[in-house]
Amino acid sequence: MGLDIRIPVGLMFGIIGVILVVYGLVSDSRIYEASLGINVNLWWGAVMLVFGVVMFVLGRRKAA
Amino acid sequence: MSRIQLGSVDYIILLVYFVFVLGIGWALKRYMKTSSDFFLSGRSIPAWIAGLAFLSANLGAQEVIGMAASGAKYGIATSHFYWVGAIPAMVFVGIFMMPFYYGSRARSVPEYLKLRFDEKTRALNAISFATMTVFSSGISMYALAKLFGLLLGWDFNFSIWVSAIIVLLYIVLGGLTSAIYNEVLQFFLIVLGFIPLVFLGLRDVGGWNGLTERLSQVATQRGFAPGAWTESWSHMGSTSTNPMGVEWFGMVMGLGFVLSFGYWCTDFLVVQRAMAADSMAAARRTPLIAAVPKMLFPFLVILPGMIAMALTLGDGRAKLPLKPDGSMDFDMAIPVMLGTYFPSGLLGLGLTALMASFMSGMAGNVTAFNTVWTYDIYQSYIKKDASDSHYLWIGRATTVAGILLSIGTAYLASRFNNIMDFLQLVFAFVNAPLFATFLLGMFWKRATGHGAFGGLLLGTMAAAFHHGLTLPVNAAAGIKGGWMITDVVHRYPSEMAQNFWTAIFAWTVCFVMTIVISLATRRSKSDQELTGLVYSLTPKPAEEEAAWYRRPTGFGLIVLVLALILNIIFW
Repeated sequence: MGLDIRIPVGLMFGIIGVILVVYGLVSDSRIYEASLGINVNLWWGAVMLVFGVVMFVLGRRKAA
Repeated sequence: MSRIQLGSVDYIILLVYFVFVLGIGWALKRYMKTSSDFFLSGRSIPAWIAGLAFLSANLGAQEVIGMAASGAKYGIATSHFYWVGAIPAMVFVGIFMMPFYYGSRARSVPEYLKLRFDEKTRALNAISFATMTVFSSGISMYALAKLFGLLLGWDFNFSIWVSAIIVLLYIVLGGLTSAIYNEVLQFFLIVLGFIPLVFLGLRDVGGWNGLTERLSQVATQRGFAPGAWTESWSHMGSTSTNPMGVEWFGMVMGLGFVLSFGYWCTDFLVVQRAMAADSMAAARRTPLIAAVPKMLFPFLVILPGMIAMALTLGDGRAKLPLKPDGSMDFDMAIPVMLGTYFPSGLLGLGLTALMASFMSGMAGNVTAFNTVWTYDIYQSYIKKDASDSHYLWIGRATTVAGILLSIGTAYLASRFNNIMDFLQLVFAFVNAPLFATFLLGMFWKRATGHGAFGGLLLGTMAAAFHHGLTLPVNAAAGIKGGWMITDVVHRYPSEMAQNFWTAIFAWTVCFVMTIVISLATRRSKSDQELTGLVYSLTPKPAEEEAAWYRRPTGFGLIVLVLALILNIIFW
């Protein structure tokens, strides 16, 4: 099949990662009382961003 | 429970997901040229993608919500549904059965039955399977609409139609490939959406030790040994010492053998993913690759349930809500956990993951349905020699029809809950004996078409009889059993024990009767016709030139040893 699935997976998690990181930076810190005081949006967003980039790069390298 | 308030960031994440799901379907549209592209992905899917899809197709919402509910209700013993009731069967289908499914070039499981046995056995399987998939996908849709209504206040009709139209579009556009690609996307979403939930939950209760301590109170309050919620095997000696109400033999035979092998080895919903793989080697590796994450899923779905239970009885912030009759609503374990620990942002991710699991469950059923309908019913009995483009068109039309039928089912389910319970019961009767037929078909060349057909019918009847003659304790006659006589023959300590034994009876009757009828009837297929379909008449697939751990047998062995280790750790 001509489409490497890692490219859309990488893009989607990259985008969601960026959204979460940005939201984590601008959001009111009081909402993190729910998550035991941890800014999970920032941290988990960063993890997803890295995951997305890795998938995207792997998919592109194969396609090239 | 109180509603969860979603912020705009949560809706944006959900929207991003919808855009990608549809985008994948759109991007694949130009590759759908033949019916084989549409129904079988042109047998071109690499092993790891097929493997993740194999797992994800099974990972419907009933799985995620239901296993978390069982985690709350029964504790870590729920892991038996994975480490006993899935892994061995997944290894078996990869090593022993895939050579026949893939090697025979059958396009579906019912078609294999036709090649191996005869037309009537295929028809029986195709029709019951097609009906089942439509209902399952409808039930998935209904569950989604109900949950999102309860949780977010979404309108029932809105949830049904939005989810149905999205699934419809991406399958009509990109066929099985689209479903498989989206299943991979959904797999990562579910994993990445639930890891932080488990992390936060465990941190809150003080790790595994804290969880054990809290759950020991739950166990003793209910009259069990303190470890009943946190040890998987230690309390399986008798039905009265564990909350499931089953003993190890019924569990291992009923769940670990009959039900699990029946599902993983014969259900076209999952087998279709392996059939789409790009080579025999990839097809055999598909279920083995799926088994690795499957083994770890208890930590993602059972643990949140256990944590929710621990918090409910303690001083924690999360509380499982009560049902109108005063019992705990275990199905709310995951939603309650999401609402408790996830702030806006991550909450959107968690709900998107839930949405994804509902959709993958629906899509899996719909793709299996359109293939079986088009190849095994339409092409076989309605219009035999049409052009390939005609069948491709029928496949797309069937997808629309299948989704409309599912929507109908979802509305039916919302009106008449009992009908759904009844149908699921009938499906359970039909499914229970199936593995005996496949086992004999693949490994005993003397098994005949009459034998297979008769064995299946009698096995299904045995299941119905067993259910009609027995009851779980404290249950009234009716949908729970005992509908044949007023004085039931046996009372099982739990509904689960009754289910396991119904399956064992059905399987045994089918196995024995298939042998008896086969011996009494003449063989209808010659050795030559059965080449590639039966073990003793098929040349062994050449083991690839690869390191031992990359070959199916070596890989399978590693998976089994890992599952054994997990069983021992949580013994």
